[in-house]
Amino acid sequence: MSPDAAPPLEVHDLTVAYHKRPVLYGIDMVAPAGALIGVVGPNGAGKSTLIKAIMGVVPISGGWVKLFGKPFRQAVNRVGYVPQRESVDWDFPVSVFDVVMMGRYGRLGLFKRPGKADRDIVRDCLDKVKMLPYAGRQISNLSGGQQQRVFLARALAQESDLYFMDEPFAGVDAATEAAIIELLTELKARGKTILVVHHDLPTAQKYFDRILMLNMRLVAYGPTEEVFNMENLQKAYGGRLNILTEVAEREKAVAE
Amino acid sequence: MMKEDAISKQAFSFAADLRRFTQIIFSRICVSSAFHLRLKKTIFILWLLFGTSLAHAAKIGDLRETDWLEQAARFWSLSDPAVVNALIGSVLMGVCCGLLGAFIVVRKLSLMGDTLSHAVMPGVALGFLWAASKNPLAIFIGATLAGLAGTWLVGAIKKTTPVKEDGALGMVLAGFYAVGICLFVMIQRSPTGNKSGIDKFLFGQAAALSTQDLWLMGIVTACALLAVALFYKELLTTSFDVGFARSSGMATGMLHSLLMSLLAFAVVISLQATGVVLVSAMLITPAATAYLLTDRMGVMLTLAALIGVGSAVLGAFLSFLGHSLPTGPFMVVGAGVAFTVAYFAGPRHGLITRWFRQASRRRRVRDENTLKALYHLAEQSNFAEESFNLGQLAAQRNESLPETEERAAALARAGFATVVQATENGLPGTHRNVQLTPSGWRRASEVVRNHRLWELYLTNAAQYAADHVHDDAERVEHILGEEIVRELEKRLNYPQLDPHGKPIPQTLQPAPAGDSAATGYRQPGS
Repeated sequence: MSPDAAPPLEVHDLTVAYHKRPVLYGIDMVAPAGALIGVVGPNGAGKSTLIKAIMGVVPISGGWVKLFGKPFRQAVNRVGYVPQRESVDWDFPVSVFDVVMMGRYGRLGLFKRPGKADRDIVRDCLDKVKMLPYAGRQISNLSGGQQQRVFLARALAQESDLYFMDEPFAGVDAATEAAIIELLTELKARGKTILVVHHDLPTAQKYFDRILMLNMRLVAYGPTEEVFNMENLQKAYGGRLNILTEVAEREKAVAE
Repeated sequence: MMKEDAISKQAFSFAADLRRFTQIIFSRICVSSAFHLRLKKTIFILWLLFGTSLAHAAKIGDLRETDWLEQAARFWSLSDPAVVNALIGSVLMGVCCGLLGAFIVVRKLSLMGDTLSHAVMPGVALGFLWAASKNPLAIFIGATLAGLAGTWLVGAIKKTTPVKEDGALGMVLAGFYAVGICLFVMIQRSPTGNKSGIDKFLFGQAAALSTQDLWLMGIVTACALLAVALFYKELLTTSFDVGFARSSGMATGMLHSLLMSLLAFAVVISLQATGVVLVSAMLITPAATAYLLTDRMGVMLTLAALIGVGSAVLGAFLSFLGHSLPTGPFMVVGAGVAFTVAYFAGPRHGLITRWFRQASRRRRVRDENTLKALYHLAEQSNFAEESFNLGQLAAQRNESLPETEERAAALARAGFATVVQATENGLPGTHRNVQLTPSGWRRASEVVRNHRLWELYLTNAAQYAADHVHDDAERVEHILGEEIVRELEKRLNYPQLDPHGKPIPQTLQPAPAGDSAATGYRQPGS
């Protein structure tokens, strides 16, 4: 029996509204330990909003969220987050090292300064994403893929048990994509739970062992092979036939 | 009789200037660039200074050189207690505004600082009326309340109407300022108005700082220093990535309120020294200057504080030289000069620096083109020859001999080649030969490889005709990094020949394991 009897993530009847306009209705889900979950759905489906609401980054208007059986505030140090790359100003006067160090700040708490152990962890995490040679660089000189790796390193530095990643594959090069997949696999093998917001349906099927299909409400959630079918896709994506046919083609190709 | 006349004259010109001010302020709403505004404002105010203070102007005219020196000596000997107060005040203000300004600038809240500084004005007047004198504490409380009311109003307008933040900021800024001006005029016109010293709040007068003022400034500056020291990592994280900060449990709302309150306090304590109109420039200009000079937040904070102190002290000094001219404009001009210097000579973004960087890039391109020519010569000899005389090189480059000599010398300086006297039958000849060093050979091969790889990529992947790709490759060969080259090689399946049928040189650095063994491409000349 693991010390955590409670699941890493439990979402019950979660409702979120922006300026009183609901964007998510009554979401229910439980994430088991060691699950690699892809959150998919069309634009404006509330994918990012879901993970932000779980972490308290945006306020929720109904329902509740429990992380390891506790409210978010009490489990904050067990959560790691990779926001969308576009959400920050990459001209900000900090180095790659500084950004990754931000992953340690939550654990340190108020009034404490990072020590040697923290710096070592930061270097380790940078090394894992192959960005250690860039540690001293200012972040504005990085390519898209490198920026993404910095954010991944920062999340690794959080040493969490539950990770949320917002479109980590968006606009990255092939090498970074491979590095992310390797990292996800490794985290999963270490029993970490990961929720990844993902835009690309064909690869979603390949990368994740569970899929949460979203379109303002929960369309389907479960093991990828059970959830990833025409009926659910139709429900989530409505009349967007071009994607559906493309995916159907791929499904056929996979089945053959 | 004379005195009254002068007073009414002053009041008249003051009212006329108010009109102009209001015009300017209202016209500002339409313009979006904060910096542009500040520049215009500064110019306007400088002009205004000469307009309003005819008396001062007369004084400036009377100043002789000895008088300037005397004033300078009086200032730096610190014998005058007013000078000491002005100096202490300037230093405190520079530190406080610089520190907070750095966070304001990186959080893109510069316009908020501007609005806040104008919004405090009615509060200053009300505090003044309430205490019936220039009581620092009453003014501090009044100004802080007005500032907070202004900030709140901006938020309220944004939340309840479709008007966006810039519009809300512009309206609140101008509206509060207008109310403040009305109250100021009322105070000025009141029987004791002219002796009140409230006009000092418009453009600032560091020499008029009282000990009480200094205490307030000291307390606020200490609070700002303490807050930045204690909450540095939280302020840094929330400024960079507020979502991430919240997800790691930081009280982002509270930190924002803390920063805004400190900002309001900083504006209020700076009013005496800089004046309402220009205090926001003391927040933003030193921080923006520091932003040009460094790419680390810690350094930026220190630099912003130093530049703030420097321009504040300079402003106080210049104002003292001119016998109590308003301090604010001089401080802001000082900060503006600092910005201008950074703009031209900054280590990363400076114009001069950029010019140097471009010059060195041009130099590198020239060197690489010469190396490439040497490679071509070697290739023509089927890699049998290793050294080439300068005449050959000149012909290959289509250059004159003196030019080529210069190029060869440049290569020698960079360690890419050696230039030696050619030998003819074992005796020193008349020609001079150039021979590549190992590092020069490597660089030459890289440039040629880049060129041919890129040509191949354009013809293969982008379907260009073979005669369309040379010019593009001429530019690209100098900028391809090792990482992109590897990617190109991989995508082109480790090619051996370029579209013109010439062999692509092997890089002398080891190829990635596993890849080269199977497809390995040949050594030049092998």
